[in-house]
Amino acid sequence: MSETTLASSGPTRATGRLALLKEFWQYFATNRGAVAGLFFFVAIILIALFANVIAPHTATDQYRDALLVPPAWTSGGDARFLLGTDAVGRDILSRLIYGSRYSLFIGCVVVSIALVVGICLGLLAGAMRGWVDTIIMRVMDIILSFPSLLLALVLVAILGPSLTNAMIAIAIVQQPHYVRLTRAAVMSEMSRDYVTAARVAGVKGMRLMLVTVLPNCMAPLIVQAALSFSTAILDAAALGFLGVGAQPPTPEWGTMLAEAREFILRAWWVVTFPGLAILFTVLAINLFGDGLRDALDPKLKRS
Amino acid sequence: MLRLILNKIGLLIPTFIGVTIISFLFIRLLPGDPVLLLAGERGITGDRYADLMHQFGFDQPLWRQYLDYLVGILHGDLGTSISTRRPVISEFFTLFPATMELSLCAIFFAVVVGLPAGVIAALYRGKTPDHAVMTTALVGYSMPIFWWGLLLIILFSGILGWTPVSGRISLLYYFPSVTGFMLIDSLLSGQAGAFESAVSHLILPTIVLGTIPLAVIARQTRSAMLEVLDEDYVRTARAKGLAPFRVIGLHALRNALIPVITTIGLQIGVLFAGAILTETIFSWPGIGKWMIDSIFRRDYPAVQGGLLLIAIIVMLVNLLVDVTYGLINPKIRHTR
Repeated sequence: MSETTLASSGPTRATGRLALLKEFWQYFATNRGAVAGLFFFVAIILIALFANVIAPHTATDQYRDALLVPPAWTSGGDARFLLGTDAVGRDILSRLIYGSRYSLFIGCVVVSIALVVGICLGLLAGAMRGWVDTIIMRVMDIILSFPSLLLALVLVAILGPSLTNAMIAIAIVQQPHYVRLTRAAVMSEMSRDYVTAARVAGVKGMRLMLVTVLPNCMAPLIVQAALSFSTAILDAAALGFLGVGAQPPTPEWGTMLAEAREFILRAWWVVTFPGLAILFTVLAINLFGDGLRDALDPKLKRS
Repeated sequence: MLRLILNKIGLLIPTFIGVTIISFLFIRLLPGDPVLLLAGERGITGDRYADLMHQFGFDQPLWRQYLDYLVGILHGDLGTSISTRRPVISEFFTLFPATMELSLCAIFFAVVVGLPAGVIAALYRGKTPDHAVMTTALVGYSMPIFWWGLLLIILFSGILGWTPVSGRISLLYYFPSVTGFMLIDSLLSGQAGAFESAVSHLILPTIVLGTIPLAVIARQTRSAMLEVLDEDYVRTARAKGLAPFRVIGLHALRNALIPVITTIGLQIGVLFAGAILTETIFSWPGIGKWMIDSIFRRDYPAVQGGLLLIAIIVMLVNLLVDVTYGLINPKIRHTR
C-alpha cells in the first residue's frame, strides 16, 4: 500500500499509513467472524510463545502410573491431567500446548519460502515476458497438475521423512499459486501510468520492480498468504498422520493423531483433542483470511 | 468448437512432457544407487550389478534413458512393481475402480447436499439459513479429513455399531469382479445382503472424502447464485409474474451452474489427495492406499508409475472440464 494507490483514489480521503490502517480496520471489523478468527489466532500465538509457562507438564514426561487416563471431568479422570493422558502416560493438554509451536512454525516457514520464491519467480515472469515467462509458467502448470498432497508425499519420499523435509515439500507445492498471483498483478500494474512515469524518471530494473511495482501487488498476496498458512498446517498434519512428517515423539498434532489411531475404539480423548486443535486453528485462520480478502480486495468489498 | 478442443490438447502436450520428466527424474533423484535400492538389503554381486545396470539402461546417457522411458510410456509400459512383480499399469488399473467408485460416490454426495445448500444460502442471504450453511461450509473446508474419518468411526462403528470399520465388503461374501465397482458387482452376484454390505462399507468413506468438495461446492453455488439473482433477466422474469420456483430453477440456477460445474470438475485433484488419507483410514483397497503402501515398501517403480498415471488422469479430467465449460457457456461457444 504505497502512496500511489492513495493518489489515484481521490483527494477527499485521508492519506498516510495510519489512516489507511484505520480504514482497513473499519472494513475488517464489520466482519465479526474474521475478528473472532484473528483473536483466536493471536491467542494461539501467545500459547505457543509461553508454552513452557502454561503447560502443566512437559511434552515428553511419561507418568507410568497414569496410562490412558480419561479427561478430568469424566469418571476415572485425574485432576492432574485435564484432557487425559495417552498410551505412554503423557499429558495430552501439555502436548497440545507444545504442539501449537510446531503448527505455527510450519505455517510461518512454509508461507515464507513459498511467498519469497513465488514473488521472485512471478516478478521475473511478469516483467521479462517472452521465453522466461513461458518456461516459468509451464513449470508451474506441471507442478499444479499433481494433487498437492501426493506430490508432497513423493517429495518427502525422495528427501526422507522429517518435519523439515515435509515443510520444504509443502512450500514447493504451494508456491505456484504465488507465482500466478504475482505475475497477474505485475502484468496489470505494468501498464499503469505511474509505472510509465517512474520509467521516464529513470527508474529501472530491480528498483522499478521491487520498490515501485511490488507494493501495489501485495493485496492478493497477503490474502493468499493467510489462506495458505492454514493449508500448510493441514498438509503438514496430514503428512505427520501418514507417518512421513514430524516423527514421534514430537508433539505435532498430526503425528499425535497417527500415534492415537490404534486406540480409537478404546480411548476417544486421545484422538479427539489433537484433531480439535487442528480444526480450530485452521478454522480461525480461514475466518481471518476471508475477512482479510473482503477488506483488502476492492472488488469484493461490501456495498 | 473442434478448434477449441484441439487448442486445449495442444497446450497439454508440454505439460504432459513435463510430467513425464518429473516422474522420470523421481527415481534418479532418490538418494543412493537405484540398482542397490532395487536389490534391497541382501546385497548384490559385481557381475549381477553390471547386468542389472545394463538391463535397466542405467549405463546409458540420461537423455537416452529418458527417451526409452517415454517410448515405454507411449507403449503402455510403466515398469514392473518390485513387491508384486506385476506390471505397474495393470496393478494400477486393478485398483483404480475402487478409488473411482469411492470418488464418484463422494462427488455425488457433495453435489446432492452442497448444491441445494448453496442455493438456499443465496436465497436467504444474510438470514439464519445463510449463516448456518456458510458456517458449516467453513468448518467443512477447514476439516482435517483424516481426523474427521476417525471421529466418524468412533461414533458410527464404535459407539453405535452401525457401520463396519474398514474394507469394501464383508468377508462373508465372495463373487468374481465384473466391473470392479463393488456396488454393481454385489448386485450382479445376486447374493442376499451383499449389496447392503457394500453400501454400509461405502457410507463413511464417502462422507469423509466428500466433505471438502461439499463445502467448496456450497460456497461456490452461493456466490454464483447471488451474482445471477442480481441480473436484469431475473428481475424481468420476476416482474412478469413467473412463479418463484420457475425463476430460480429455470432462469437463475441454469446460469449459476456454469461456474459451479467447473468447480466440481476441478475437485478431482482434491479427491485424489483426499483418497490417500481416506483410503488409509478405512483400509480401502484403492490407488491412494496403494501409493502410500508403495512408498513405505520402497516400491519405487510403482510410485513412479502411479504418480504419472494420476497426473495424466487429473490432466484429462481438467481438459474435459474445459471442453464442457466451452459447450455449456454460450459466450465461449460462439466467440470461437
